Amino acid sequence: MASDGHPRIAFGAGAPAALSSRSAPSADGGGALGGRACQPEPDDAVVDLATARQVSGIDEVLDAMEQELVGLAPVKTKIREIAALLLVDAERARFGLTAGRPSLHMSFTGDPGTGKTTVALRMADLLKRLGYLERGHLVAVGRDELVGQYVGHTAPKTKEVLKRAMGGVLFIDEAYYLYRADNERDYGQESIEILLQVMENQRDDLVVILAGYKDRMDTFFQANPGMSSRIAHHIHFPGYTLDELEQIGLLMVGQAGYRLSPAAGTTFRDYLGRRSGQPRFANARSVRNAVERARLRHASRLVQQSGAPVSKDDLMRFEPGDFLASRVFHSGSGDAPAT
Amino acid sequence: MTERWNAGVIPYAEMGYWKPDYQPKPTDVLAAFRITPQPGVPPEEAGAAVAGESSTATWTVVWTDRLTAYDNYQAKCYSVEPVPGNEGQYIARIAYDIDLFEEGSIANLTSSIIGNVFGFKALKALRLEDMRIPLHYVKTFQGPAHGIVMEREYLNKYGRPLLGATTKPKLGLSARNYGRVVFEALRGGLDFTKDDENINSQPFMRWRDRFLFTMEAVNRAQSETGEVKGHYLNVTAATMEDMYERAEFAKELGSVVVMVDLTTGYTAIQSLARWARNNGVILHLHRAGHGTYTRQKNHGVSFRVISKWMRLAGVDHIHAGTVVGKLEGDPNAIAGFYDTLRLGYVPADPVKGLYFDQDWGSLPGTMPVASGGIHAGQMHQLLHYLGEDVILQFGGGTIGHPMGIAAGATANRVAVEAMVKARNEGRDYFAEGEQILKAAAKHCRELDVALATWGDITFNYESTDTPDAVAMPTSR
Amino acid sequence: MRITQGTFSYLPDLSDDEIKAQIQRALGQGWPLSVEFTDDPHPRNTYWDMWGLPMFDLHDAAAVLYEVNECRRAYPRHYIRVNAYDAARGRQTVALSFIVNRPPDEPGFRLDRQETADRRVRYTTHSYATERPAGARYQEAR
Repeated sequence: MASDGHPRIAFGAGAPAALSSRSAPSADGGGALGGRACQPEPDDAVVDLATARQVSGIDEVLDAMEQELVGLAPVKTKIREIAALLLVDAERARFGLTAGRPSLHMSFTGDPGTGKTTVALRMADLLKRLGYLERGHLVAVGRDELVGQYVGHTAPKTKEVLKRAMGGVLFIDEAYYLYRADNERDYGQESIEILLQVMENQRDDLVVILAGYKDRMDTFFQANPGMSSRIAHHIHFPGYTLDELEQIGLLMVGQAGYRLSPAAGTTFRDYLGRRSGQPRFANARSVRNAVERARLRHASRLVQQSGAPVSKDDLMRFEPGDFLASRVFHSGSGDAPAT
Repeated sequence: MTERWNAGVIPYAEMGYWKPDYQPKPTDVLAAFRITPQPGVPPEEAGAAVAGESSTATWTVVWTDRLTAYDNYQAKCYSVEPVPGNEGQYIARIAYDIDLFEEGSIANLTSSIIGNVFGFKALKALRLEDMRIPLHYVKTFQGPAHGIVMEREYLNKYGRPLLGATTKPKLGLSARNYGRVVFEALRGGLDFTKDDENINSQPFMRWRDRFLFTMEAVNRAQSETGEVKGHYLNVTAATMEDMYERAEFAKELGSVVVMVDLTTGYTAIQSLARWARNNGVILHLHRAGHGTYTRQKNHGVSFRVISKWMRLAGVDHIHAGTVVGKLEGDPNAIAGFYDTLRLGYVPADPVKGLYFDQDWGSLPGTMPVASGGIHAGQMHQLLHYLGEDVILQFGGGTIGHPMGIAAGATANRVAVEAMVKARNEGRDYFAEGEQILKAAAKHCRELDVALATWGDITFNYESTDTPDAVAMPTSR
Repeated sequence: MRITQGTFSYLPDLSDDEIKAQIQRALGQGWPLSVEFTDDPHPRNTYWDMWGLPMFDLHDAAAVLYEVNECRRAYPRHYIRVNAYDAARGRQTVALSFIVNRPPDEPGFRLDRQETADRRVRYTTHSYATERPAGARYQEAR
C-alpha cells in the first residue's frame, strides 16, 4: 500500500484515546513483569530508608563522585539532594502519596571543562540504581546529530537519537545551538518540538540533560519557555579555583605516571594561574592539554640530552622547563592560542 | 604387541595401516571406530585391520599394490585408545585420503567406510562412532534442499519450535478420514501433520487419494487460520520412478513439503533432495530402520554419523530424538546430534559424543524433528533440551486429546508459545515449567485438559547409547 | 476469526509491558527490530509495509514500543507486527515476529476452489479484507 499516501513516520498526530492505556488481559506469564506492588502500604506501616538506600547502591556512586571529582561542591550537594528526593519519592509512592513519576530532565550550565559530561555519566548511573532508568547509559550529542540538512531530515534524525538514548540519559551539549532566533525556519525548531514531545510523553523512558554556557542557556530558556518548564533541576557548574585546578593537574600527572619536581610544582601552579586568566580557558580540559604538552617537552628534553644515562626517576619527572616553554609565560597578548 | 594376529599373511599393522605418528591432513576424512577385538588380537592390529579393510587392503598381499601410490590410498589408523570403563573396547581413529571418495556421493563414502569391514572376523564388534568430513569434501555435496532458514521463510514462522503430529492410527484409515485428522490438527494450531513411515500406497488408501484429500485439508486449515500449513506427503515407493511421480503430484497440488523414508537408501534420498531443491519443496526424512544399527553401543553406526550423512545428502528435516519421549535418547548424545544437524561449526565434545571438530562451511542446517511419546506437559523440558529450531511432533499428544484433535493441537500450540514467551522474558522456564503451563492453562481449557490427561506421564528408562565421557562439575 | 500468524498469536494479546520484555530480549541478542503494518494479512503476504526503517543500536525496549505506539496511532485498525532480525552468518533472517495490533473485527479468508481436470482442485486463499481498496479496509462503517 505504498500508494495510500499515509505518512510512514508520523509525529504530532492526534492520538485516538483508545490507545492510551493497554493492560494485560490476564496474569499469564506475568511473573517477571509487573512485579511492582500495586496495593498501597497500610497507613501505619513504616519504611526503612537506610536499607532502601543500601539496596539501591546509590552511596557507592555518591561517594565515588565525592572522592574522584575535585571541587564542584555545590554540584555534589545538589545531586545528593536530588538523590534523597528520589529515594523518598519512591517510598512515598508505596503509600500512594506520590502520583506518577517526577520529571527528571535537567540543565547543566557552566564553562567548558567543568565536569558536566562526567557528572552526567554518574547521574545516569545514579538514576538507574534508583530505578528511574532501565539501562543507565549516556548518549551525548550536539546539534549536528539532531538537526538535518533538508526538509524531512530532522524528524527521523532526532527520533533516531532519542530512541538510542531511551533507557538512559540524552546529553545535549550546547543545546542553545538548536535554536536560532534570527531564523525562524531553521530546522532546529523542529528538533526542539520533537524533543519536547518525547520529554513529556516518554518521561519514564529517558532523561534529557541540556548543557552549555550559563548565559546562553538562560537566553535559550527565555526563548523556549516550553523547554524551560520541563526542566526540573538546574545545576550550575562553577569554574575551578586555582587550588582545585592544581589538584586536578596533579591527579592527571600522577595518573599518567609522572611527578613534578619541587621547582616544577611552583612553575605549574604559576602556569595555571596565568592560563586561567586568558581567553578560551577550558578548565580541566586546558589542564589536561597542559600536561600533554609537558609530556612532549619532557620527552624531547630527554632525547636531546645526549649521552647521559636516563634513570627511572628521569623518565617520570617534570622540570620547570617542561612548562616554561609555554607561550603563556612569554606572550603578553591575550589573543594568541595559549599552549 | 607380542602375540600378533596371524592369519598366515602379513599383519595389517606392518603393511602400513598402523601409523601412530601420522598427522591427519586438513583434507582427510577422519573416522572414529569403537572396536572390540577378538581375544588375542592386539588393539593396534585390529585398528589397522579396520583401516585396511575400509580402504585398499585385502586379506593377502597383492603385487598390483605396487602399481599404485599406495601410501596415499592406504587408510591410516593413527590412534587407538582404550574406552574407559569398557574393558576390551577401544576407539581407533583412522584417516582416509580425500581421493578415496567420489565427490558428492554418500553411497560411495559409505561403501568405503562401512562397506566390508563390519563383518570382519578378527573383531567381535565394530561401531562407527563419528566422522570428520573435511570442508573440501563437504563442498562437493548439495546439502539440505532449503535448510532451516529458508524453511522458516517459506512458512513465515519464526522464533519458536514448529509443531507437528503424525496421523494416527498409522495404518488403515481411508483417505477421507485421514484428511479429517489432518484438517483438525492443522486448524487447531499445528504447523505440520505427517504421514507415518509405513504409509505409502496400500490397499486401504492409495497414494493419490491420500494426496488429494490431505491437500484439501491443508488448504482449508490455511484459510481458517491465516497461516501457512503443511503435511509431509510420504513419497516413499518401490522405485525412483514412482517416487518422482508422487513428488511431482504433491508439488502440483501446492504442498510445501514431501517426505521420504531412510529405508529407500542414500542414493534415493540424494536424488529426492536434488529434486526438492529444484522444485522448492521441503524434504522431510523419517529415519525408518535406523534403530537396527544405531542403538547398540558396541556395534553398528552411531546416529550422529547418520545425521552427518543425511545433512550432506540434503534432507531438510530428520528425526533426531526427544530426550524425554518414548524412544531411545540420552540428553548429551541427543545434544550432539542436534548440534551436528544445526550448527555451522561443531566443536569436538566428548561429553556429547562428538569426536572431531566439524566445519560445515555454509551448508544449511537440517531441522531436527522430535517425535514419539511427547506431550504438552513436557514443553519446558523440550524447549530446554532441544531449543528453538526443532519440530516437536505430538501424535498421540494431539489426536488423543479428550476434547478432540483440534483441541489437542491448540493445547500444544498454547504450551509452546507460553514457554517461549516466558523464556524470552528471562524466566527460569525449566524450573518453573509447570507453573508457566498452569498459568497458560487458565485461559486455555484445551491445555488444562491436556495437562490433566498426560501431565504425569514420563518415560524414564536408562539409555543404551550414551557418550563415554561424563561432564565433571568444575571446581570454582 | 483470529489470524494466528506470529510467535504469540495463541496467547491473549500482549500488554505493553509484555511486548517490552520480548523486545528487550531481542535487543539483548543484538538483533535490530522493525515495526510493520498491513491491512492484507494473507498468509503469503510477506512484505507488510515498513513503519520507518529497521532500528539498529538501541539500548532500551521503550524506543521500539514508542514506534509501535506511533504506528498504532496512525493505523489503529491495521495489523501491526514487531520483527527482530538476526544478521549472524548462517542465519540472516527473522528471529522473532509477533503481532502487536489487530483490527477489532478480523474478517479472515475464504477458500476458493477451482475445479480442474481429474477431480483436481486449485485452491486460492481469498482475503476478505482485500475486497475494499487498500487504505479503506477495517474502517468503521460510516
